[in-house]
Amino acid sequence: MPIVCGGVVYALVTDAYDAFEHFGFLNFLTSSQWSYTAGNEQYGALPFITGTLMTALLALVFCIPFSLPVALFVGEYFKETKVASVLSTVTDLLAGIPSIIYGLWGFFTLRPILMTLNISPHGSGVLTASLVLAIMIIPYVASLSAEFIKMVPNDLKEGAYSLGATRAEVIRKIIFPVAGSGMFSSYVLAIGRALGETMTVTMLIGNTNNIPTSIQSTGNSMASIIANQFGEADDLRLSSLIAIGLVLFLITALINMIGKMMIKRARIV
Amino acid sequence: MKKIFSSIMTLIIAITMVSCGGNAKNGVRKAQELSGAGATFPLPFYNVVFENFAQVNGDIVAYGGVGSGGGVRNLRDKVVDFAGSDAFLTDKEMAEMAPVVHVPTCMGAVVVAYNLDGVKELKLTGEVVADIFAGEIKMWNDERLTALNPDVTLPAEAIIPVFRSDGSGTTFIFTDYLTKVSPMWKEKFGAGKSVNFPSGQAAKGNPGVAGVISQTKNSIGYVGSEYAFAQKIPYANIQNARGEFILPSSESISAAAAGTIPADTRTSITNADAAGAYPISTFTWMIIYKEQNYSGRSKEQAEATLDLLQYILSDEAQNITTEVHYAPLPAKAKELSMKNLKTVTYDGVTILQ
Repeated sequence: MPIVCGGVVYALVTDAYDAFEHFGFLNFLTSSQWSYTAGNEQYGALPFITGTLMTALLALVFCIPFSLPVALFVGEYFKETKVASVLSTVTDLLAGIPSIIYGLWGFFTLRPILMTLNISPHGSGVLTASLVLAIMIIPYVASLSAEFIKMVPNDLKEGAYSLGATRAEVIRKIIFPVAGSGMFSSYVLAIGRALGETMTVTMLIGNTNNIPTSIQSTGNSMASIIANQFGEADDLRLSSLIAIGLVLFLITALINMIGKMMIKRARIV
Repeated sequence: MKKIFSSIMTLIIAITMVSCGGNAKNGVRKAQELSGAGATFPLPFYNVVFENFAQVNGDIVAYGGVGSGGGVRNLRDKVVDFAGSDAFLTDKEMAEMAPVVHVPTCMGAVVVAYNLDGVKELKLTGEVVADIFAGEIKMWNDERLTALNPDVTLPAEAIIPVFRSDGSGTTFIFTDYLTKVSPMWKEKFGAGKSVNFPSGQAAKGNPGVAGVISQTKNSIGYVGSEYAFAQKIPYANIQNARGEFILPSSESISAAAAGTIPADTRTSITNADAAGAYPISTFTWMIIYKEQNYSGRSKEQAEATLDLLQYILSDEAQNITTEVHYAPLPAKAKELSMKNLKTVTYDGVTILQ
């Protein structure tokens, strides 16, 4: 595995070198220009970094009200019952649906609904993309959080009950503090998944190369710009796209590392 | 037992005969496998042609629709037998490669498709289209649009322009046309496979744009004619250089090629000055190397490549164009291409006599 990983990094760095050399590493990250004008090409990654982080974080916010109840239902309220196993199986099934199907559903079902409700006048945009992304990451968050909730020692909970705590109090004062960092790490890992999601986002985000100014506006994520333009790109644009791939790789790796570290800490507790 | 044995033998013989069958039809040359890559715009036409060609000659053609730019890149890297491209190579690109031959294969157009409730006919001029895509005409009831369409009630809604998110020959043809008819467009945006459109939203590929338009009210976008014709999305009449408002069709696309064609067939026929011509029409080309001996290709492979191109130029293949919503090549383009094909060599010796 380290060899594969090292190979990926090596290939990305060598191919992205031209772009970094031409624009400067920091300038490439902070420039919001993505302009094809021949002779004066300007490629900067900022619109796509913003687009990626916006969709991923929004998706996380949208997924909390769904994934948290599922995790509590499966891990605490109906722990080890038939209902819980059915529910967790159904939630896990969501993870098995190919992303193109989510994209099509978002395009043909969710997008017209958002347009008729006038929530998003153009239909496509950051909001539409993150709503579908939220559904896609629910299974990861829900099943991982449920595992951490199940791991909370029974003695602690029984102790609290014997002192007269209600179930809500047990969840708030015992389960959240004990399983909290583990649950947090499950959200961090889910972000890692949302960051790299390509097909769904490409179909729904609107694919314009500007920094999204509101959650309704269109934009592009790092994965979607690569998917859109890789086929026709050459020279400097190709190198810039690979550089974006490298940045995405680094961000995802960083977030996954944070998640893993939090899980380790949770195990020690 | 004997019965089973003989039936197995018959089966084996049958399989051997079938597997040899592919080679038998061609007579002299062994059946080849050709590979090409490039434009997605003529892909539906190529699919039918390659299938027919395989039946006639036994040669199998694999074509990857990776986009015009990708196709040209593959040809430059010498990993394909031919490239498909909606844009002919510029002089600069030609200078960077070994000599090539352009062969036009069919004609198509880019249509301006729209989604407006109750509007069946829309007339647009090139300048108005440019201003819509530049974000200068923002509303459907803009007076320049209502002046062109006095019989139509246009809604007081914002226009949503839809364009291609990927680099594309379709974008090149469309912006090449806008550059010719609008000085503003020429100065601000220019022509290219990717252009910095200032407003609206984008989708990947012709099917993507067609999908967004058909799903989004008050949108307008540009799509390859074959997708618009096949999917029956409404599209606009565009004013041509003679001042006529023309709806794209096989006839009006062919009419655009009435002018002179240079010997190497590298010509843009957008905004053609011809009666009844649809102004956003184009040839699409296959590009091959003049010297066919590269990357260890055999002479038979080179012959198969030329057979394919000759087949595409034949009446049999050209008659298919209208069935799959393209337009046939004019006689002159075919004549010039046959002449150009005769200059193709293998090890310096011409292949066609």
